[in-house]
Amino acid sequence: MSVEVMIPTVLRPKTGGQAVVCAEGTTVREVLAAVEAVHPGFGPMVVEASGALKRFINVFLDDEDVRYRQGLDTPVADGATLLILPAVAGG
Amino acid sequence: MEVPAEIRRAMVAHALFCYPEEACGLLAADEEGRLRMAYCLGNTDASPVTYTLDPQEHFRALRHAEANGWHLAGVFHSHTRSPARPSPTDVARALEPDWLYVLVGLEDRGDPEVRGFWIREGTVEEEPLVGTAGEIVEVPQ
Repeated sequence: MSVEVMIPTVLRPKTGGQAVVCAEGTTVREVLAAVEAVHPGFGPMVVEASGALKRFINVFLDDEDVRYRQGLDTPVADGATLLILPAVAGG
Repeated sequence: MEVPAEIRRAMVAHALFCYPEEACGLLAADEEGRLRMAYCLGNTDASPVTYTLDPQEHFRALRHAEANGWHLAGVFHSHTRSPARPSPTDVARALEPDWLYVLVGLEDRGDPEVRGFWIREGTVEEEPLVGTAGEIVEVPQ
């Protein structure tokens, strides 16, 4: 399954400045791992060492927050789009 | 940067409505950089001292801006008991060097203060905000 991954500004230094990368995988986790394989250092910014999605990272699969589906184990369809949206926060 | 009166009014009204919790939202600009919309969003922290934009609403604002040919160009939030300047937490959590960070200070709720800043690599620089009368923006969808 080929998926487009939309990279937010803050993570683009990890993808050589690319705003969109293509990756293969059958789940969100596999797609993110495929991005990490090509762009080392990307993965730890998004996924905890425990395998959980980082608290301040939101991932939308075709307009739906994966936290409301099966999290990182949500299946992805060919041609899907993953949007990574860091939480906007302050005090 | 020019801030249309209706956008300033929306930010201040949201800040007052959410008081005593911090209010937050996003700003959209058109391709010429003119502010076109203030999205008044939920604060999932529900706190008087911190904010986190509701991620679902953040996503919807992003899609709405894109559908109108705009882009997200800034974020605003209120300080309920401190001046309208970025706090150390704001600076530490600022992720977007090209976004305008607008603060609405409510130390004097009868006269809210609205100021804008760039936050880049830990450095804060004020952007003077100029109020404009502005026309009512028609939003096609």
